[in-house]
Amino acid sequence: MTTTQPETLNLTPEVRAALIEKLTALADDEIILAHRDSEWTGHAPILEEDIALANIAQDELGHATLFLELRRELDGSDADQLAYFRDASEYRCARLVELPRGDWALTMLRQFLFDAYEALWLDAARGSTYAPLAEVAAKAVREEKFHLQHSALWVERLALGTDESRRRTEQALNGLWPHVGQLFVPLAGEASLAAAGLVPDLDQVRVRWENFVTSHLRGKCGLELPVIPEGTPPGRDVHTEHLSVLLSEMQAVARAHPNAEVW
Amino acid sequence: MTAPHVTPEQVWAALATVPDPEIPVVSVTDMGMVRDVSVDGGHVTVTFTPTFSGCPALHVIRESIGEAVRALGVPEVEVRSTLTPPWTTDWIQEDARERLRQYGIAPPAPAGDSPLITLEADPTRCPRCGSLNVRMTASFGPTLCKRLFVCDSCKEPFEGFKSV
Repeated sequence: MTTTQPETLNLTPEVRAALIEKLTALADDEIILAHRDSEWTGHAPILEEDIALANIAQDELGHATLFLELRRELDGSDADQLAYFRDASEYRCARLVELPRGDWALTMLRQFLFDAYEALWLDAARGSTYAPLAEVAAKAVREEKFHLQHSALWVERLALGTDESRRRTEQALNGLWPHVGQLFVPLAGEASLAAAGLVPDLDQVRVRWENFVTSHLRGKCGLELPVIPEGTPPGRDVHTEHLSVLLSEMQAVARAHPNAEVW
Repeated sequence: MTAPHVTPEQVWAALATVPDPEIPVVSVTDMGMVRDVSVDGGHVTVTFTPTFSGCPALHVIRESIGEAVRALGVPEVEVRSTLTPPWTTDWIQEDARERLRQYGIAPPAPAGDSPLITLEADPTRCPRCGSLNVRMTASFGPTLCKRLFVCDSCKEPFEGFKSV
């Protein structure tokens, strides 16, 4: 979508490779979460939520397209090929977004945790020294605001609702919390990108994220935050068993008809 | 025979007739989506900025822009897109806001200084009776750019444009 910027030509091979890896990870989170959200189409508890999750999935895919367009400028890759013809081992999404959609509480809580992370990462990335990424971040953050408002309200409603909705929200929080740390594990080469100001420093994003999420979950919703397990979470090349199942469904049509026309 | 020449003003006028495919009462220029027009002999370049990045109508908009300019007899049309500066609802023209309101869609509140990350929704006025006594019934609507409301004064449901 963006026009090629002259600075893409001045990157060293190491920086270029690290940037490609980061853009892929950013896009993959969005693609996989969008798929999980789209699984509610026709199944959401009320029609408005069916529509809302379809909207959110569409936005996340729009963001994935923006990131993959930036990758295309660096290596000439094709977004559709990357989405539909890579195996699980080549995906770089976080495990948080791979987990099955579960119940409504898990879906909304996962969306809230991810929306807050994405919004704060994008907010910081608006200051990227890599102009094409700064542009994309400035664009996408304006849309992410609406996701965050939506998921935050649902988490509050469920946590402060009935005994059953609170029980399910607590259960979802306990199940999801061990996976949030992986969002803040840098990729190979990411530290040098952050040092050069191309991407935000994940530690700084994490501080803002924890403040934001804690004030909502604990302060507003009265939820007890579980303890994050000790030790460094695995990198983004280590997936749950759920990803390959998801991909086999998501990619089935494209792989069965690799030369099909889009429209 | 030389290629027919057009002026930038003629191109802008042609683009003013290209409707937004999802909200046909406003055009792509009303929405502030056309950022630049340049004419170089028989070659016209139109730069536009997408509204929502996941908007499924983007390719329709892109094709409609190309068709509208070609209809002027221009042999070569290039439609470029740019993300800088990002599109904002503040660029929607005043008279287009009024047309949105008459069509039943509450125009967006000013986006200018509002914080990018906030859990508060924008104030919205009922497009029928003007009341601020409204309730949001769905934070996402039939298109990415809209939300659903009900007015507690005149009891009518309506759509509201998100402030971006």
